[in-house]
Amino acid sequence: MYTQAMDTMREEGGQPALRTAEEAALQQRFDNRIDAGDFIEAKDWMPDNYRKTLLRQISQHAHSEIVGMLPEGNWITRAPTLKRKAILLAKVQDEGGHGLYLYAAAETLGQSRDQMLDSLHSGKAKYSSIFNYPTLTWADVGTIGWLVDGAAIMNQVPICRCSYAPYARAMIRICREESFHQRQGYDSLLAMMQNGTEAQKAMVQDAVNRWWWPCLMMFGPPDDQSPNSAQGMRWGIKRVSNDTLRQKFVDATVQQAQVLGVSLPDPDLRWNEATQHWDFGTIDWSEFWRVVGGEGPCNRERLAMRVAAWEEGEWVREAALAHSRKQARKEKAA
Amino acid sequence: MSTENEWPLWEVFVRTKAGLDHKHCGSLHAADARMAVQMARDVYTRRQEGSSVWVVRSDQIVASDPGDKDMLFDPAEDKVYRHPTFYKLPDSVDQM
Ligand SMILES: [Fe+2]
Ligand SMILES: [Fe+2]
Repeated sequence: MYTQAMDTMREEGGQPALRTAEEAALQQRFDNRIDAGDFIEAKDWMPDNYRKTLLRQISQHAHSEIVGMLPEGNWITRAPTLKRKAILLAKVQDEGGHGLYLYAAAETLGQSRDQMLDSLHSGKAKYSSIFNYPTLTWADVGTIGWLVDGAAIMNQVPICRCSYAPYARAMIRICREESFHQRQGYDSLLAMMQNGTEAQKAMVQDAVNRWWWPCLMMFGPPDDQSPNSAQGMRWGIKRVSNDTLRQKFVDATVQQAQVLGVSLPDPDLRWNEATQHWDFGTIDWSEFWRVVGGEGPCNRERLAMRVAAWEEGEWVREAALAHSRKQARKEKAA
Repeated sequence: MSTENEWPLWEVFVRTKAGLDHKHCGSLHAADARMAVQMARDVYTRRQEGSSVWVVRSDQIVASDPGDKDMLFDPAEDKVYRHPTFYKLPDSVDQM
C-alpha cells in the first residue's frame, strides 16, 4: 500500500551547508551516481535529507500495509463462503508480509523497528489515509481489492525503480503479489453482479460510490500543490507524478467498471478525444486533508487497534526472548 | 523507547528449487534460530518460492566496506586475458 509521506512532510529547511571539502566530494559522487541511474545501497554514503526522506516514506509505507490489514481483517470471520474466507486470509497475510519487507528495508537506514512502531503508535507517523474509511458491507472487501489495491499497484510499480536499492527490492517482491489482490477483489464483485440478487448488486454499487473518490486521493495532491515531488524526482525516489498516476488509474478503471456493470460516481467523467484520456471531476481536497489530519471516520479506531495489539503482545515478545536467552545460557554451560 | 528488548535481526536465504544456490531474499526479527526459520517460511515462501531456507544472525555477517570497493574490485578490470573471448582462434576451431 502507498504512503503520502512525500506530500505530507513539512519542508526540511533546505540543504544544510556542507562542512568539508570531503563531504562536498561525497555529495558530488552521490549526485553523479543518481544521474547515472545507479542504485544506492544501505552502507553507501548518502545525504542526510535523502536518508530522512526515505526513512519517512518507507516506514509510512510499512505502517500503511499493517494498518491496511484492519479494514479487511474485519470481514475474515464473516466471509460468505469458505473459498472467499481462504482468499481473504491469504490476502491479509500478504499485507502483513508487505509490512515486514518494508520495515526491514527502512531499518537499513538506521532506525529500529521499535522506534518506527513507537512513531506510529504515538500518532507522529502517518499511514495512507484510505484505511481510515470503514468497511460497511462484504462488497467493500471486493471493492478494496479492485480499487484500493489497483491504485496501490499504479503507485507502487514505479517505486520498483527507486534509487534506494533495499526499497526497490522490497517493492519488486510486493508488486509480484499485488496482482492477485486486485483480481480476487474484482472476481468477488463480479460474482455478485452476475449472479447476485438486486440487493447484492445495489450493495456493490454503494461500495463503489463510497470508495471511488478516496481512491483518487490515494495518489496525493495535484502536482502544483506537491512541493516535495521535485526533490523526490531528483533523487530517483519518485518516478512518476501524482496527476499522471491518477490519470492512468482512471483510464484503466473506467472500462473495468463497465464490464462489471457499475457506474462511477462522477457526472463529469467523459472521454476526451483530444487528449485520449478520461476527464474527471474535481476532487474534494479538503476531505483528504481532514482525513490526513486525523479526522477521518476511523482514524481513532484504527490506531487504537494497533496500539492494543502491540501492548497485548508484549508478554509474548518478552517470553520468547527470555526463552532464547535461557537456551543460550544452557548451551554455554553444557 | 529502548530497543534492547527487540528480537535480533536475521538474514534469510532461500533455495528456490533443488539444484540452485541459496539466495539472499531479505531479513526478519526472531527471538531464536528456530523461530527465524519458521517465520522465514511464512514471510518469504508463501507461494512455493522455496524448498530450503537458511537464516543467519545479521550481526554475524562480515561484509566488505563499500569504501574499499575500488581497491578490492577494480584490479580485475584490466585483466581481460582471464576471459575466453580474449583469445582469437581460427574459425575452424573457434567453438573451443
Ligand atoms: Fe500490500
Ligand atoms: Fe495489496
